[in-house]
Amino acid sequence: MTTADTGKNNDQATAADGTPVVELRGTGKSYGNIRALHGVDLAVHPGKATCVLGDNGAGKSTLIKIISGLHQHTEGEFLVDGEAVRFSTPREALDRGIATVYQDLATVPLMPVWRNFFLGSEMTKGPWPVRRLDIARMKKTADEELRNMGIVLDDLEQPIGTLSGGQRQCVAIARAVYFGARVLILDEPTAALGVKQSGVVLKYIAAARDRGLGVIFITHNPHHAYMVGDHFNVLRLGTLELSADRSEVSLEELTNHMAGGAELAALKHELAQVRGVDVEELPEAKDLQAPMAASSEGNS
Amino acid sequence: MTMSQQAAPAVTSPPASGPKERDGRTAQRSLVLRLLARPEVGVFLGAVAVFVFFFAMAPTFRSGSAMATVLYQSSTIGIMALPVALLMIGGEFDLSAGVAVITSALTASMVSFQLTMNVWVGVIVALVVSLAVGAFNGWMMVRTGLPSFLVTLGTFLGLQGINLAVTKLITGNVATDDISDMDGFDQAKAVFSSSFTVGGVQFKVTVLWWLFFAALATWVLLRTKYGNWIFAVGGNKDSARAVGVPVKFTKISLFMLVGFGAWFVGMHQLFAFNTVQSGEGVGQELIYIAAAVIGGCLLTGGYGSAIGPVFGAFMFGMVSQGIVYAGWNPDWFKAFLGVMLLGATLINLWVQKSATRR
Repeated sequence: MTTADTGKNNDQATAADGTPVVELRGTGKSYGNIRALHGVDLAVHPGKATCVLGDNGAGKSTLIKIISGLHQHTEGEFLVDGEAVRFSTPREALDRGIATVYQDLATVPLMPVWRNFFLGSEMTKGPWPVRRLDIARMKKTADEELRNMGIVLDDLEQPIGTLSGGQRQCVAIARAVYFGARVLILDEPTAALGVKQSGVVLKYIAAARDRGLGVIFITHNPHHAYMVGDHFNVLRLGTLELSADRSEVSLEELTNHMAGGAELAALKHELAQVRGVDVEELPEAKDLQAPMAASSEGNS
Repeated sequence: MTMSQQAAPAVTSPPASGPKERDGRTAQRSLVLRLLARPEVGVFLGAVAVFVFFFAMAPTFRSGSAMATVLYQSSTIGIMALPVALLMIGGEFDLSAGVAVITSALTASMVSFQLTMNVWVGVIVALVVSLAVGAFNGWMMVRTGLPSFLVTLGTFLGLQGINLAVTKLITGNVATDDISDMDGFDQAKAVFSSSFTVGGVQFKVTVLWWLFFAALATWVLLRTKYGNWIFAVGGNKDSARAVGVPVKFTKISLFMLVGFGAWFVGMHQLFAFNTVQSGEGVGQELIYIAAAVIGGCLLTGGYGSAIGPVFGAFMFGMVSQGIVYAGWNPDWFKAFLGVMLLGATLINLWVQKSATRR
């Protein structure tokens, strides 16, 4: 990150101090008669990582699509810097400093790394009829930014599709940080990654947070969330089941919420009736913690 | 042939372990291999092979005037193949490109003849009509989300019918009236269909236009924002939209670019032959698409070049003329095309695989 850009980020961070950069108040979204999200309150502060946890179909994707401008909310309020907004394109969200790193659609696989890095915000030089890409400057900047994030690539011309999943994720995060994002939305960045790669990505999330960005970290892995999170929200069936600061919740409680403690006890009871499973060996609801988290890892 | 070497860097790279270390896992590929991965190199080698083949087989092929004919033939395909290739890199097709050429020529011819005006009026009206057809294709596709294949198939059939019906309605004939004695004809002919002599050989001006447009398209594709967007909307539309690329604008403008190409080639045909046959143009769209595919453009979008289709069109020109010069039955032309197209598609497929393999 260049000095100028760091300065810009800090200014924005202090300016927005007190009021959350992004705030949802009773926000919901219906697709026809299906209510995907209902009455969600969420606040993202600069320099804090807000984690959104939830099982498949809990409404995590709908939530980020609203904040990133891909969809519009149908109920409640969505505020940026305390001002109610309604984005119709992702471009508008980007212009307000909200950048999203998508799990699957972050990059164009066949395009070179540096072109992907600057896609949609290309650097140009020259007057209009001959205005052209400033390729040398873009390559240099992309290389510097990636090195700052600890990613060293031999060849920025290689298609980004040839990078590993973790590397691509990191390129996307570096890109968002470089373009002066104030809020970084990460959609299950560790879901498809191995243990080591997840660690690398988590490190960048912490680095982005420490630079004063507000981070929204979507995941279904409570262990990953607890490593970097300051505030935890658990979604279940489109509503907020838990919203707690780091001081109010332990990893065990978080894991239990994610695993759906009470539901599992009921499931255990059903299994016992249906198949005659030896339920004595299954763990009780109160100690359903680490083992469940391990099993929920790795599927998206 | 180069498959194993291509795959080597991908296979040997383990998951990102320590990103701090100097990344020495990707072995530098040799220059030859890196060149072969370029979209236009395969077709260049193909064009050289075809050239050598006919140079050896057909003595008349070796003359300067034969080369001028080949280049002229290539240019009329090549000028259209360029926007069609850009559109294909942008992830779409235009099946109406062939008949749109005739629509444009008919419009210019009939507007100036029926209203007895300077031919330039007809030329301008034709440009507007061509751009409108392109904009309609693009808008319909973006608006409805239908595949461009369907939308432009509709336009193709529609224009084919309109060309014939309107021409018969207005002129009472299947061809338009001769406009060679009208105001501005000589001027327009100088722009669209004149000839020039180099070293005693007469070349058509379309060859120059073809090379000019190819250079322009290459520059736009590789050196401008818009070019970046073309690759992005073809490679992954959703990603492109998510990072702020104006996907709809890019797609619609690409269709309009094809409209511009159709207008230019249409004007050439009008001022070269003075009249237009309203039933022509059918099947040409596949020739343009084939030239783009042979030129290394990926049918599914996101990959290709503007230079590739130049060689693709040149190959078409050489084969179609070379067969005549060699004294063979011209029916072999289509068979040749089929083989070239299949070969090119297989090479493209392999390139895409080796480029995205991890």
